[in-house]
Amino acid sequence: MADQAFPIPGSLDATPSRGAALLEWLHSWVVTVDHKKLGILYIVYALFFLLVGGAEALAIRIQLVIANNHFVSPELYNELFTMHGTTMVFLVGMPILFGFANYLVPLMIGARDMAFPRLNAFSFWMTAFGGLFLYFSFIGGFGLYGMGSAPDVGWFAYAPLTAQAFSPGHNTDYWALALIVSGFGTLGTAINIVATIISMRCRGMTLLRMPLFAWLMLVVSGLTLITITPLTAAQIMLLIDRYLGGHFFDTQAGGSAVVWIHFFWIFGHPEVYVLVLPAFAIANEIIPTFSRKAIFGYPAMVAASVGIAFVSVSVWAHHMFTVGMTSVSNAFFVLSTMMVGIPTGIKIFNWIATMWGGRIRFATPMLFCTAFVFQFLIAGLTGIMLSVAPLDWQLHNSYFVIAHFHYVLVGAIIFCIFAAIYYWYPKATGRVLSEKLGKWHFWLFFFGFHLTFDTMHFVGFLGMPRSIYTYEADRGWSTLNFWISMGGLIQAIAVLIFAWNLIDSYLHGKEAGNDPWDAWTLEWSTPSPPPAYNFAEDPVVRSRRPLWDLKHPQDPDWKYER
Amino acid sequence: MSTIPIFADENWRLPSRGRVGMFSLIIGESAIFTIFVVAYVYYIGRSTYGPTPQILSIPIFNTICLLSSSLTVWMAEHAIARGRIRVFGVWWALTMTLGIIFLVGTAKEWARLIGHEGLTIRTNLFGTTFYSLVGLHATHVVVGLIMLSLVMLFTLLGRVGQRHAERIQVLSLYWHFVDAVWVVVFTVVYLLGR
Repeated sequence: MADQAFPIPGSLDATPSRGAALLEWLHSWVVTVDHKKLGILYIVYALFFLLVGGAEALAIRIQLVIANNHFVSPELYNELFTMHGTTMVFLVGMPILFGFANYLVPLMIGARDMAFPRLNAFSFWMTAFGGLFLYFSFIGGFGLYGMGSAPDVGWFAYAPLTAQAFSPGHNTDYWALALIVSGFGTLGTAINIVATIISMRCRGMTLLRMPLFAWLMLVVSGLTLITITPLTAAQIMLLIDRYLGGHFFDTQAGGSAVVWIHFFWIFGHPEVYVLVLPAFAIANEIIPTFSRKAIFGYPAMVAASVGIAFVSVSVWAHHMFTVGMTSVSNAFFVLSTMMVGIPTGIKIFNWIATMWGGRIRFATPMLFCTAFVFQFLIAGLTGIMLSVAPLDWQLHNSYFVIAHFHYVLVGAIIFCIFAAIYYWYPKATGRVLSEKLGKWHFWLFFFGFHLTFDTMHFVGFLGMPRSIYTYEADRGWSTLNFWISMGGLIQAIAVLIFAWNLIDSYLHGKEAGNDPWDAWTLEWSTPSPPPAYNFAEDPVVRSRRPLWDLKHPQDPDWKYER
Repeated sequence: MSTIPIFADENWRLPSRGRVGMFSLIIGESAIFTIFVVAYVYYIGRSTYGPTPQILSIPIFNTICLLSSSLTVWMAEHAIARGRIRVFGVWWALTMTLGIIFLVGTAKEWARLIGHEGLTIRTNLFGTTFYSLVGLHATHVVVGLIMLSLVMLFTLLGRVGQRHAERIQVLSLYWHFVDAVWVVVFTVVYLLGR
């Protein structure tokens, strides 16, 4: 280190100039292997792309706000919805959840860092490079004419549209290569989280004393290992087809486009659970804290999470009822999809039972989590509707499906992510986010969300297909589309308030102290923000709520837990 | 209260993170191979033109070499666990030699297929699936050999000792995995698919 050409010259007593100090600060973030810094990097990276992906969604909504609109060109419209989907899943959903896992898992299990800190940094920078590479497509490839060569084949990139003949240029290559690169980063982080949780727990932290957050992250990371890799494999096949003249998805040579659909959804459906299980993890921590009760049915929650992971790998073809499978496969995937309802139902009942009889404090994190429980219920119910093959034949690729999965992705996951940021921001920065702005954020976002996505179900029933560039005025979709777009606008305003809250509270927020919410997991025993080494001495744990034991020595949990 | 063992976990021991990490990697890699194997199996006999799998000859010598390298690497693990660095180096070098023989054998096979049978990755669907599956495995052998040769280099420089036994074992897990995958690839490509 000492002989590096890094710009901190001079003797020890010389105060470095502002520029040098800034450079050193930036340098410390680039070379860091600290799980907390990497976690923050992941989250900041994801929030940045949340704004980008949100802007793309707004452009889509402006295009659809009235019939026969020409706000963007049809080519750009294809790029917008492709990039919106790809961004939100791969550059927002996965990184932000891994960011929280990175930041919180070692703190919660009483470890000083992840199992492989350098692999951790490597994974983050792979992910970051993948995201930047994907967005380089707007200016790279065949240049800036038109709107560059951003991917325009839909986020699921169905064959044969991705074949060299139908997708000339580099649009599809950007999609495949960027996701392969960030996929390796994801794989590295998943390996790291599994190894951390299995091998780095502090003394006394048995598996059944782990916070549910850590349990779900273990399940998610295990699921990621077998989820992201099939996508990587399929994308390698796609690149072989495109660049080495292969025939995997080339129907004229005996290949099959349907095989791509299978491979994509073998990744794509478990991916939904990779995204939503961390949302459950967040709710599992926040709901008990703000209900002032221990989580109801801890073992059932663990079992349900593992159950969801198992069931989720056998449901992929419910995305394919309209492809034309045999009735036996249709029946199998109808039933397996409905089975997902059992473990998720257990979870919803457990959250409600946790709140039941609790002394609920409706701080902003709890507001988001409460909304999450009910929105996730509705998302699950429309999911059961869509799992019925005959109904799916009617509704497939309509806005009803869009509404359904946005209810999961926004109504459940984004709501929980907001809750998590309000909940753990004090830990990471030492300042509490403004409750007043938080309430504004919640209510505006809640209202905007329902205006947009409730309405979307109906426009789907009326037959509006997904991904269409525009529609005729006499279809009867105009009014509904107008309100959907207005809801999007309201959500955008709420997100801007949130962004302002993040900045303003960082500078002027109330001091948080170690434990602003009177919570029970180990991360709240450390200072805010925690020191680089996390714990001055390795903690010893005797129950699921170590801080409760500490705060109530006369009535500790370990008296009752077995 | 006294029934609760407070520090019953005097010997608080958790699995080694290296092993857990490597096993996780192996699970992920298995998923990649599964997709390629499924594609291979699904596309057997679906080529509409060109050479068929009947042109393949069974690489018995190759297979014997690769599978016995699992044995030699296991002997190397044992040697280093007992601190016999010289013996370790010999077994390790033997493992590498067997791996290289396997690669040379694959190269000869491919040269024959490309030169005499006219089968390339773009010839037909069989060529695409064959070269990508066998090539994916060969890529893993190459990666394994790179890691093995790094350890070999450090051994020759005298930097490897008994304290590295666990790391060597973790690395060997990867090599065992590459061998195990070959059993699957061999069965699917050369026995069932021919």
